[in-house]
Amino acid sequence: MTIKGKAYIAGVYEHPTRHAPDKTVARLHAEVALGALADAGLTRDDVDGYFCAGDAPGPGPATMAEYMNLKLRHVDSTELGGTSYVALAAHAAAAIALGKCDVALVTLAGRPRSEGQATGTTPRIRDPNQPEAPWEFPYGLTTANGYAMCAMRHMYQYGTTSEQLAWIKVAASHHAQHNPNAMLPEVIKVEDVVNSPVIADPLHRLDCCVISDGGGALVIVKPEIARKLKRPPVKIIGAGETVKHLSGGTFDLTTSGAARTGPIAFAEAGVKPADIKYVSIYDSFTITVLMQIEDLGFCEKGAGGKFVADGNLISGVGKLPFNTDGGGLCNNHPANRGGMTKVIEAVRQLRGEAHPKVQVRNCDLALAQGTGMQLGTRHCSATLIMERE
Amino acid sequence: MAATRTITSPLVSSENQAFWNAAKQGRFTVPTCAACGKAHWYPRAICPFCASDKIEWRAASGNGTIYTYSVMRRAKEPYAIAYVTLAEGPTMMTNIVDCDFDALRVGQPVTVVFKDTENGPPVPMFKPA
Repeated sequence: MTIKGKAYIAGVYEHPTRHAPDKTVARLHAEVALGALADAGLTRDDVDGYFCAGDAPGPGPATMAEYMNLKLRHVDSTELGGTSYVALAAHAAAAIALGKCDVALVTLAGRPRSEGQATGTTPRIRDPNQPEAPWEFPYGLTTANGYAMCAMRHMYQYGTTSEQLAWIKVAASHHAQHNPNAMLPEVIKVEDVVNSPVIADPLHRLDCCVISDGGGALVIVKPEIARKLKRPPVKIIGAGETVKHLSGGTFDLTTSGAARTGPIAFAEAGVKPADIKYVSIYDSFTITVLMQIEDLGFCEKGAGGKFVADGNLISGVGKLPFNTDGGGLCNNHPANRGGMTKVIEAVRQLRGEAHPKVQVRNCDLALAQGTGMQLGTRHCSATLIMERE
Repeated sequence: MAATRTITSPLVSSENQAFWNAAKQGRFTVPTCAACGKAHWYPRAICPFCASDKIEWRAASGNGTIYTYSVMRRAKEPYAIAYVTLAEGPTMMTNIVDCDFDALRVGQPVTVVFKDTENGPPVPMFKPA
């Protein structure tokens, strides 16, 4: 069994808002759903499968299914943190392959900016029943210092520098300048990043992503339906997902779950890293990108610092154009979850609908990669490979 | 030197009560499996390596080295979160205290010190050896 060629991404939509104090989270979910359906040329009545994650209001899929008045025969609310939507796209393809649904809707939305969340710098306990809580919470674990510990170890082990990490933000800024909705559209230099205030050693403020309201949605359909639609068909050809954790205290913080999910997805797709024309890489922080690029095999493990330097991730300049919408680092990080926008920009690239200044020529093969939760403790990883027909 | 930061109390459960009882007496113990002989972290009732429930709280040396760390500069009172690899094997999350944050380095030898929490048992932290 494989999902290769069994489903197509027919509709995508990224909400243009980055600040939505006047809208509820439920309304944002519904707006992105309608946007993606309109993009596909389908309606709400066509949807028979609904996929959401932890950002959807209420537990599981029931609340949003009712709000949008969907008539469903398949649901999936797998929660993998920020990478959920990369995985849910593959789950949708699997459900379609099994005949469980024909038209799958995946939604994400949230308003951390309006709600004033100190997303990365406040220790948060999510569930007191988590058995690890007593061993982490007293030590002031936040999002930022968890990722920072990965960066510190990577620097120690491989000689990676702050300047090399800064290149990832610089590349994202080169792309964001062409995105009218980007939160940080200004082109910046390496010095701007390394001279910005340190949040958690060795990560600076500009090593971090933005905090934004908004959302996005995907519509994934069976091949027979895709053929009747007018949008350029984007075929799902491979996927992988895993959890990487602390393994009883015997872990390596310089490797992400992508080391596992990359090979699984490449094997299913029957392609290799060198074949990929464009990558969307989840960019909660610069270090997140560096580790995943290495783990996916785009360069040797530990050589990521050299690989990302000197504009190698800038479209039209470097060898591996990434996050051409500006990514989470400069454009949008709706609901503190970057997986959805990763898939959306990959689809734009495969359709040839990215901004002309960043569109990759002959982009027929793209990869979206995400990690969710906390790279410094336990995280989920998902890889999705897509092909233009 | 580090400013004094209020440390949140750990949540005590049936699964970790023995650790905190020892901690109150200043004893640092590491959960070790009597079946496979391996020490693990974070502490749990079922061995993550062989799934046995024969877990013993063995007295540990309190010695280790810094695997990685990060000074949270953005906090009102900066603090150093870290992972320390214990002489007994496993690597644990902790804080490095009683030190000059700017002099910390990966690989540095450290030794355990218990620090009081808001209203619970003291938690194990580490200082330069």
